[in-house]
Amino acid sequence: MQKYSIFNLVKNAFSNHQNWDLAWKDPEPKEEYDVVIIGGGGHGLATAYYLAKEHNITKVAIIEKGWIGGGNVGRNTTIIRSNYMHDENGLFSEFGMDLWRKMSQDLNYNVMFSPRGIINLAHSDAQMNAYARRGNSMRLNGIDAVLLNREQVKEIIPMADFSENVRFPIFGGLMQPSAGTARHDAVAWGYARQADDMGVDIIQNCEVIGFDVSAGKINGIRTSRGNIRAKKVGLCVAGSTNILAEKLNMTLPIETHLLQACVSEPVKPVLDSVVTFGAGHFYISQSDKGEMVMGGDLDGYNSYAQRGNLPTLQHVLTEGIAMMPFLSKLKMLRTWGGIMDMSMDGSPIIDKTHIDGLYLNCGWCYGGFKATPASGWTFAHTIAQDRVHELNAGYSLNRFNTGHLIDEKGLGTKTWIS
Amino acid sequence: MLYIKCPHCGMRPQIEFSYGGDASVKRPELNKEISDQEWDDFVYNRKSLRGKHLELWQHISGCRQWIKVERDTATHEIFNTFKADEGVV
Repeated sequence: MQKYSIFNLVKNAFSNHQNWDLAWKDPEPKEEYDVVIIGGGGHGLATAYYLAKEHNITKVAIIEKGWIGGGNVGRNTTIIRSNYMHDENGLFSEFGMDLWRKMSQDLNYNVMFSPRGIINLAHSDAQMNAYARRGNSMRLNGIDAVLLNREQVKEIIPMADFSENVRFPIFGGLMQPSAGTARHDAVAWGYARQADDMGVDIIQNCEVIGFDVSAGKINGIRTSRGNIRAKKVGLCVAGSTNILAEKLNMTLPIETHLLQACVSEPVKPVLDSVVTFGAGHFYISQSDKGEMVMGGDLDGYNSYAQRGNLPTLQHVLTEGIAMMPFLSKLKMLRTWGGIMDMSMDGSPIIDKTHIDGLYLNCGWCYGGFKATPASGWTFAHTIAQDRVHELNAGYSLNRFNTGHLIDEKGLGTKTWIS
Repeated sequence: MLYIKCPHCGMRPQIEFSYGGDASVKRPELNKEISDQEWDDFVYNRKSLRGKHLELWQHISGCRQWIKVERDTATHEIFNTFKADEGVV
């Protein structure tokens, strides 16, 4: 594989960049693999990469219905954080933060990781107390957290509305300085390029139409491009999880919902951190190109549409303008939607299933992108060793049966309520 | 914007309604022994169908009645609406 470097860039400039190797091949599916990963998104590609890198399993195929990186890894708002209170989420995400910090070097691909910090705004004394508690829980798990008062928040985001007669006056906030953003497409492409180089087959435009299960064991999958035998199969399909689960006669604690995001026209640098305004269902950051990247809550009803509805967008932006009035001057550049695998407690599932050799990775709700490396790493471990790692032990499928829910947001079984 | 025909009030915009989830989910009968699996299916497990989906909505800014809506989750087309105690079960 050609290394991406300044020297190779200069060298290839002499041939007008016509002689670069393809970043990954376009192979025909083979008849048999050791592991088949369904879903060529961030999590699936990362899983294949860590299977090859950490476990030396390279007879691996990624089966993708469309094109790699065309789902939620290409549709998110690129936020990376580990500001969770519960141990399961905090330790898992902080492990991921380490992988993020090393990712550009690991993958020889600039993922533009930018640890610019995230601030969750608070609007009452009670919320400040709750944030103090969460911040302390984070610090006990080795995650950086700083409780900011009103003046400190004002220094970081002076453009926000700090008047006192608003519905949600800014009292302060909880900041994780090491959180940030990354170039989402580069994450998918970087993992794909390395996985391909280690022998993984990335098979696009290939739809899974069924599974070959006998005597409680998986033997392979049926696809639009023929049958493929496999000793192990991993599901990594986010919003499409229920569609595949139905083919396996499984009913999961997952509902598929629609989440929108949007960007404004590019403007000069104004915001150098990620800011969430939870009370108003709004969050914002500024991309390297200068666009204001904004999002909010779910549209609020089951949907596979991958495109949004205006009332939710209007609500999100109304709240955004209430928090940062200057936004009203900007023009909207683009809006889009993706479909989320909303789990019933708001936390993900990375686990084995009742079918031997079938593994499940789903339930990422709002937080799939930032989990990409940790999800891939732990899912690869779970598949390779046929047992969960301690980092994803809490993300079990049967926690809904045993009552060990990880209810980070306190939303109960209706995580789609906003 | 979705437009939902409330069986009590007529055609109204989506913003008058609040979503209540899968209407095909049934609470287990309490006068018999109920397995953990049955409770799981009632509380947590959902089919989340792609296509025709029967769901509950509440007309919170109108008559405040719960209604059933048959809607396509891929196209958002609404086929039919029912009073809560009517229609397909």
